[in-house]
Amino acid sequence: MKNLGTSLYRWIDERVQLRDLVEYMGKKYVPVHRGSIWYYFGGVSLFLFIIQVVTGILLLLYYKGSEELAFESIQFLMSKVSFGWLVRSVHSWSANLFILAAFIHMFSVFFEKSYRSPREITWLTGMLMLFLALGFGFSGYLLPWNELAFFATKVGTDIAGVLPVVGKPLMVFLRGGEEVTGATLSRFFGFHVAVLPGLFTVLLAIHLLLVQRQGMSEPLGIEEEPAHPRKTMPFFPNFLLRDLLFWLIVLNLIAILAVFFPWELGKKADAFASAPAGIRPEWYFLFMFQTLKYFPAKILFVDGEVLGVLLFGVAGLLWVLVPFWDRRSSRGQKNRLMNYIGIAIVIYILVFTILGWLL
Amino acid sequence: MNGEPKTKRDFLKYVLGGGLIAWIGAVIYPVVAYLNPPRQGEVEVSSVKVGPLTGIEKDSGTIVRFGNKPVIVIRTAAGDLRAFSATCTHLDCTVQYRKDFGVIWCACHNGKYDLTGRNIAGPPPRPLDEFRVTLQGDEVFLSKKS
Repeated sequence: MKNLGTSLYRWIDERVQLRDLVEYMGKKYVPVHRGSIWYYFGGVSLFLFIIQVVTGILLLLYYKGSEELAFESIQFLMSKVSFGWLVRSVHSWSANLFILAAFIHMFSVFFEKSYRSPREITWLTGMLMLFLALGFGFSGYLLPWNELAFFATKVGTDIAGVLPVVGKPLMVFLRGGEEVTGATLSRFFGFHVAVLPGLFTVLLAIHLLLVQRQGMSEPLGIEEEPAHPRKTMPFFPNFLLRDLLFWLIVLNLIAILAVFFPWELGKKADAFASAPAGIRPEWYFLFMFQTLKYFPAKILFVDGEVLGVLLFGVAGLLWVLVPFWDRRSSRGQKNRLMNYIGIAIVIYILVFTILGWLL
Repeated sequence: MNGEPKTKRDFLKYVLGGGLIAWIGAVIYPVVAYLNPPRQGEVEVSSVKVGPLTGIEKDSGTIVRFGNKPVIVIRTAAGDLRAFSATCTHLDCTVQYRKDFGVIWCACHNGKYDLTGRNIAGPPPRPLDEFRVTLQGDEVFLSKKS
């Protein structure tokens, strides 16, 4: 068996010079310092994405993407198909944990200022992937065609519609017409299983390639410390095994959540029913949803929600472009202001998410 | 101008460059047009039968279909019939009648309208459009207000 493995390795090595890659991997070191724990959240986001791809493909085998059949097909999946409930629950839980892990990863990168030069492209691709992940969440939420998803989609696409100039055509494009109908479901299905995964994979490849090419970012100021006692750990196998251990823990967590808190299906969507009381979007949109509630109907001549959406747009853009305006960090200088901004944003998101949950 | 004469090469450059732009346009235009959904012919509804008056309780609200739009029909505690577009003017959710507060309420962002359709609290920027309610015998009919 060992001989077979060795000869297979040699056979491939003769053709693609595998040895160079193995040597490269062997020389890769991960810095060890007080913030090393945060390195694992990128890996865990990747793991959760892989779970999404696998469970997503499994769900595709039974899901029917039409207004008449979507809800019923999930009902069938959950009640008749062996372990159908488990696959769907894992997909839903893992989706939520994926976004949580990505948020933690993003904030750890922000607070460590790892976005600074020369890693601007890694930050940009990461941010774009986070937006795609939110798009995955939003489009996937509609697919079971239940009451909550129906109204969440109405509100979400209507918010796109309030944008000046591009808003209306964008809303019609997203909905596949003026209203949220079966046409919207078809489009969201297409976005969810084809468009978004395609774009995401390209960005992920660039992101991972850059991480490999540039190595892990170290906290600011560590370069000034003497090189000799600086601790590192070989990527292979030390870091990789720790990564895998963390993945295993996360997989167990998902299994526990999926078994003890299976994802509900709710009531089938009815375009001619009132929005049910207690309706709210997924938790990761909650802080924006709650903020919009506090905007008055009119601020001067502008509709409150138009102003709200524009403010979120501008804030989001500034956040994405942070490597380009935080010049101090790129020059290797400490920038406390960024920490205060980050802390204020984390507190704002936490407070408004909790308020949105309670009110 | 540097006085350089136009050459055959320049001519080819323009032809090929122009051709390339035209080609890109010819590819992109159908794709963009394809993404834009065609307008579906809507059935123009002028009036809808709701049902017998006896079927609508006092102090209640119900959603009925008017073409492809939801309309809320409210019978007040005093017995008056009123009807409004059930689409919240804020972000498109479907409103409901709240008996406990005597208002029209939107669950999505806590918008409130009084029983004349006027936006009185929360984020809705405009009142709800009113529909005309008529009685023919015991039958309740809805029609658009001109």
